[in-house]
Amino acid sequence: MFGLRRLPRALARPSGVARAGGPGVRPLSNFHPLAQHVNTGDNTKETTFDFSPDNHLRAEHILGKYPANYKMSGIIPLLDLAQRQSGGWLPLAAMDKVAKYVGCAPMRVYEVATFYTMFNREQVGTYFIQLCGTTPCMVCGSEAIKKSIEDHLGIKEGETSKDGLFTLREVECLGACANAPMIQMNDDYYECLTPDSMVALLEACKKGEPHAMGRWGSLPMNGQVSCEGPAGKTSLASAPGPQPVRAEGFAGDVDPASVKAHMGY
Amino acid sequence: MSTAPPPPAVKDQDRIFTNLYGEEDWRLGDAKKRGDWHMTKDIMWMGPDWIVQEMKDSGLRGRGGAGFPSGLKWSFMPKASDGRPSFLVINADESEPGTCKDREIMRKDPHKLVEGCLLAGYAMRARACYIYIRGEYFNEAMVMDEAIHEAYTAGLIGKNACGSGYDFDMYLHRGAGAYVCGEETALIESLEGKQGKPRLKPPFPANVGVFGCPTTVTNVETIAVAPTILRRGASWFTGFGRKNNAGTKLFAISGHVNNPIVVEEEMSIPFRELIDKHCGGVRGGWNKLQAVIPGGSSVPVLPIEECEEALMDFDDLKARGSGLGTAAVTVMDDTVDMIAAIRRLAHFYRHESCGQCTPCREGTGWLETILERMEVGDADVREIGMLDEISRQIEGHTICALGDAAAWPVQGLIRRFQPVIEERIADPQGFDFEAHFQHAWSGEKFKNAEWTKEFGGGKDQEVDPGAHTNIIRPLLEN
Repeated sequence: MFGLRRLPRALARPSGVARAGGPGVRPLSNFHPLAQHVNTGDNTKETTFDFSPDNHLRAEHILGKYPANYKMSGIIPLLDLAQRQSGGWLPLAAMDKVAKYVGCAPMRVYEVATFYTMFNREQVGTYFIQLCGTTPCMVCGSEAIKKSIEDHLGIKEGETSKDGLFTLREVECLGACANAPMIQMNDDYYECLTPDSMVALLEACKKGEPHAMGRWGSLPMNGQVSCEGPAGKTSLASAPGPQPVRAEGFAGDVDPASVKAHMGY
Repeated sequence: MSTAPPPPAVKDQDRIFTNLYGEEDWRLGDAKKRGDWHMTKDIMWMGPDWIVQEMKDSGLRGRGGAGFPSGLKWSFMPKASDGRPSFLVINADESEPGTCKDREIMRKDPHKLVEGCLLAGYAMRARACYIYIRGEYFNEAMVMDEAIHEAYTAGLIGKNACGSGYDFDMYLHRGAGAYVCGEETALIESLEGKQGKPRLKPPFPANVGVFGCPTTVTNVETIAVAPTILRRGASWFTGFGRKNNAGTKLFAISGHVNNPIVVEEEMSIPFRELIDKHCGGVRGGWNKLQAVIPGGSSVPVLPIEECEEALMDFDDLKARGSGLGTAAVTVMDDTVDMIAAIRRLAHFYRHESCGQCTPCREGTGWLETILERMEVGDADVREIGMLDEISRQIEGHTICALGDAAAWPVQGLIRRFQPVIEERIADPQGFDFEAHFQHAWSGEKFKNAEWTKEFGGGKDQEVDPGAHTNIIRPLLEN
């Protein structure tokens, strides 16, 4: 089904393409997830999956957040938990397990797992690189970053390197636009990249020592701390301290407990 | 277009997010020093109706993009229960391209959000609150989770919240990567564990929302500013910005400026002042400016002529054929191939369309395919009209606003840059792709080492081990 979707794109410039062979011609994405399951050695109907004892407790905690008759709310967090346990991807057995856990038809879980981009239904590398390619990052050179990764690792977007260390995927806006261009590697954001710092990061990963995250779990690679810009902040010169309270003060007479009683909580 | 005199500049004491650059800790201790959780119980004793009225008086408009008056929205919630509890849901699924403001709130000032949830939830008479945070914000979710845990431990939320006698629970729910889940009914569907496909309205969420109960979905920033507004009074907030565009606002400026930054500024600040004062100007000078997307990818682009006079607020930008949206400004200088920039946005919407409504599912693909060809000049001039026609057929013909959002950038491109497309089609060879290839740019050379060293946390800096690494604690303690 998705194979067919590629046809019109390929047909769109059948012959005349060659004339515009400059960098303006973007290689089409190599990543086309299948919406159906394909048996592979470690991912068949017979494969089994169960949560580890620790994750069983975590799963119970997750389900505790939702009303007892809406256990399906737990599907997304449970799939995420299962994906973490399986090393970054979701085998069929894990989806079935989640379905059993929340007591719904497996199809309901497959629907969710195929809809959301963060669920990988095929194996990914140890360092799963998601490169933001949407316009704010694109005008800041995400294509140059992509090229540097592809050239350095010898893979194309959507592929995994031969040593199984890296998978590169171009994704849509990751919400760190003031620190563009950026990638997400597993859970962490590396921001303000240049081709050089990108390659340095890849090399550090090969040694198993990616740069430590900054204070809030992101790392701008140009020296910034977070969103204050390379030239520094332009406001909040000194900590203003606590803010004043309105002159009238507060003299209310509505007992919150009565609101609670009125609502029958 | 605007006649009002420029408002006075906002002072540091009047900024709400005083830890925006993270010099202080995000934890409860420092948050209280910044004034969070001050007199929360007293505000609750003023009653839900007073809080809603105060929010109405403050003129706060929703910060998630649509700009709907917040107080009015909160007042839609039922004032008596028919047996169902009410819920507050926080939309932290920040995925509008260009937008990175809620992230800064959640990781540096999470207690503003937690306190806001309690006050807003109480004002809506809600029983509990779910924060739906986008899945990619893993580290931000860890900070939020810890902040909620701290608030529970300190008795600020949960049973008898702040000693007020009201019970209010908060839960964090991580999404899994879908732009469309920023739409309120899609978010509700996703929270219920389904595909994020928007629901038909009515029934509106205030009547039938999450778990079939009355629900209000609001943006992080809207809720995070509420406690400060209530503490300082509505009239303080209306003192900023033009009429109907009150208050201060986080602006996230990305793209070709010398100092890309997230900054809190007054509403209605002139666009040029925003860029010159906070971003060190446009790369290479103002004259190099080509176009600006002033409010996240869903609003049409503004060309340089409009930027000279534009004011950053809902009404002025709307009058100029664009919008404030989320106040996420993407600046593009004259090295950008505008057709490529909008083509990439078309790809975004194609990828993120949930596939429920045919005009959007099919139309977004067509938009991208046609723009891909136009980018290399492999098109007919008549197709520009056809492209516009397709976008009009998507706009307004879908359940949610994603269809509109996909159509508007393309319409903006045609409205403002039609000659560029025509030129490309007439002479594809004449366009220098090499010169328009975008090299890495995250602002000018880094020169803030002194400050970074003082507050730490940057690259090659010693990281306080207690600051981040420890927060990934077992979920079970909560």
